[in-house]
Formats: sequence, C-alpha cells, structure tokens
Amino acid sequence: MKHSNLIACHECDLLQREVALPPGGKAICPRCQTTLYTHSIDSIDRALALMLGAALLFVIGNVFPVVSMEIQGQRTEALVWQGAWRLHQEGETLVGVTVFLTAFLFPLLQIAGLLAILLPLRLGLTPRYLVPAFRLVEQSKPWSMVEVFMLGVLVSLVKLAHMATVVPGVGMWAFFGLIVLLAWASSTLNPHEVWARLEVSAPEPAA
Amino acid sequence: MNAPTAARLGLVACQVCELVSRPPAAACACPRCGARLHSRKPDSIARTWALLLAAAILYVPANLEPVMITRSIFGTQRDTILSGVAYLWHSGSWPLAVLVFVASVLVPLLKLLALSYLAASTQRRSRVRQRQKTRLYRLLEFIGRWSMLDVFVVMVLVALVKMGALANIQAGPGAMWFGGVVVLTMFASMSFDPRLIWDPSGGADG
Repeated sequence: MKHSNLIACHECDLLQREVALPPGGKAICPRCQTTLYTHSIDSIDRALALMLGAALLFVIGNVFPVVSMEIQGQRTEALVWQGAWRLHQEGETLVGVTVFLTAFLFPLLQIAGLLAILLPLRLGLTPRYLVPAFRLVEQSKPWSMVEVFMLGVLVSLVKLAHMATVVPGVGMWAFFGLIVLLAWASSTLNPHEVWARLEVSAPEPAA
Repeated sequence: MNAPTAARLGLVACQVCELVSRPPAAACACPRCGARLHSRKPDSIARTWALLLAAAILYVPANLEPVMITRSIFGTQRDTILSGVAYLWHSGSWPLAVLVFVASVLVPLLKLLALSYLAASTQRRSRVRQRQKTRLYRLLEFIGRWSMLDVFVVMVLVALVKMGALANIQAGPGAMWFGGVVVLTMFASMSFDPRLIWDPSGGADG
C-alpha cells in the first residue's frame, strides 16, 4: 500500500503532505530544517547533458597524466590506477584498493550509471535494470571522492615543488572540470523526479 | 502533543527512494525501489558504537606510525601525519598546513567525539537541542570524506617519486591505519539514524 502524496523527513521522520513548488524552490522540514526536496528545472535533461560532459572529462583525466615530475632529466608521470597499482605492488594493498575504489571505480560508477539511467528515461524507455541501477548509484554516492582526490594532488604538488620540477598535466585540468560538472549535476538532478518517473512505468505490485 | 511521524502512524519511509508506504509484514521490500524497509536503521546505536570503537583504536597507530617513508641520497625520513603538517608549515606553505591539519587531524577527532556524543545522548533519549544535533549530524556526514586527503597525497607521492637511488617514496603502515579510520567513521555515521534523535520528543523543538 503506497501513500504517494505523503513524505516523511529523512532526518526526523515527520510526516508531511507533499506540495507543488515553484521552479527553483525547495521544501524545508518545519521541525528539523532539513531540505526535503527541490524543484529544479529540466532536471533530467540538464543532468544528462552534464553527465555526457563528465564522461568525456573522466576519460581524458584517466588517459593523460595528472602530473608529471622531473628530477635531473628523469621524468615520471602517474595516472590514478597506476598509483593504486604501485601501492599494491609495495605491499599496501588495502590502501591501493581504497584509492582505486574512491578515486576511480565509484566515480566511474556514478558517471556510467547515471548515463545508463538518464538516457533511456529521456527517450521515454524504462528497461527493468533502471530501478536497481539507480538504487546502486544513489547508495554509492558518498564513496565517490574525485574532489578530495584533486585536493590531495594539489597538496602533493606543493610538497614536491621543493625537490623537483612538477608540471600539471592535461589530466589535471580534465579532473578540475570533472569536479565542477559532477557537483553541478548533483545539485541539478532531482532524485525524487527520477523515482517518480520510474514508479509510473513500473507495474503495480500485488500487495 | 505528539508530532505525526511516519513511525507513529505505522508507516515506513524508504531509506533510498523516500517513498512512504505501509508495509504488510515486519520485514519487506520497498514497493518502488526494492530496498529493504526499516522504520529505523537496524541496531543503529549498537553498530555506531562498535564502528566508533574500532575507529578509535585504529586512530592511535594512524597517528603514531609513519604514513610515508622517503629514501634519498640524504638518508631515510619517516613522516607521520603530524610531522607532514609540520613540514608544510616550516616550508612556508602554511595555508596548506592548516588545510591538511584540519582534514587529517581535526576532522577525524571531531567525528569520533561528536558521533559519540550523538550516540550517547540519543541512547539516553535526551530531548535537548534536537535541531542542533541534527545539524551536527549533517555536518559530520558532509565533512567525513575530506579526511581521505592524506591517503591521496601519499598515493600521488608514492606513484611519482620513483627515482631509484636518488629519491624513493614508499607508503608507511600509518597510511593503512589512517585509511581505516576514515572508512570506519564514514560507516559509523552512515549507521547512525538521525530520526532516533527526534523519537523521544513531542512536537516543539527543545
């Protein structure tokens, strides 16, 4: 049995009736003041466009070196997965796996997952995989840490600048762009709207 | 006066898609997204305590053991988190020193203390400062991930500084302990259910 016009605040469980918001508006819980939901304009279209850009930048950021370094003519460059692999080779497998997951695999899952969900929705299709896929994307979101990773890259650059010549690579600019697009998409995409669209298409379960 | 919450009316809000439904049985799946429905996160306080305790234990070696070992023609240098901050401070990049200090030292400590406070006061069914406690919880959820900063710094340095005898940087055991603290405190804040803060209360904010 569903109550689709009721919402419960996810931080204090206060039950409220969902009201229509003006474009750009947001609803706030009167008891604990959490943002309940927002009404963003063209949520799905805009998020889809941003994710297409993010996919392109993600590929560039993982093909071209993020930074390269020179000491006395010796040059080294590093990509995210290479850094993770090197940690593993030196026996720090747990650290390597953590870095690989948070700076590569979960961001990839966010981008690929949202593309695979928003594109069919935009075309009016609702294949069966959309519901579990969107659940997975929503639940893995806190573990995608591109912005923390880039701050780490900046700190390492400053540390290295004292002993070597460090050159920011194409990958770094791609990653900066990626952070902007991901943050933008996350504030644009309204998960409630996606769930509502998925619900309309799903067959009513026998309850 | 009792505030109308979903739980008091026998309804359950899905953790993932937030759909409010009346579950036909005690344990069942959300009719919309298929996630398991729980009125409150299961064993929330006990799990939070367990993860916090584990994180607090790892916090000790995370700060005492070196996170990074630098071998160069000038000798071997072992850096802990704090000595890394001190290095940044002395080399003149104090804004970065402050940043790394906040992300790697203050934030994990704040998370351990603040989450313990939330768990303890919720366990006592305290009704004071509920709105502030909810805001504190939201802050913890937001800042927790930034502690991963130092792990990424170590990764980049390890990957780049491979110059044979000239200079070579390796990860130290502290990096693993520190990563463990960050992951465990993130799991701890995820297993805490902020709705429990409000369960003892009636309508008005205390």
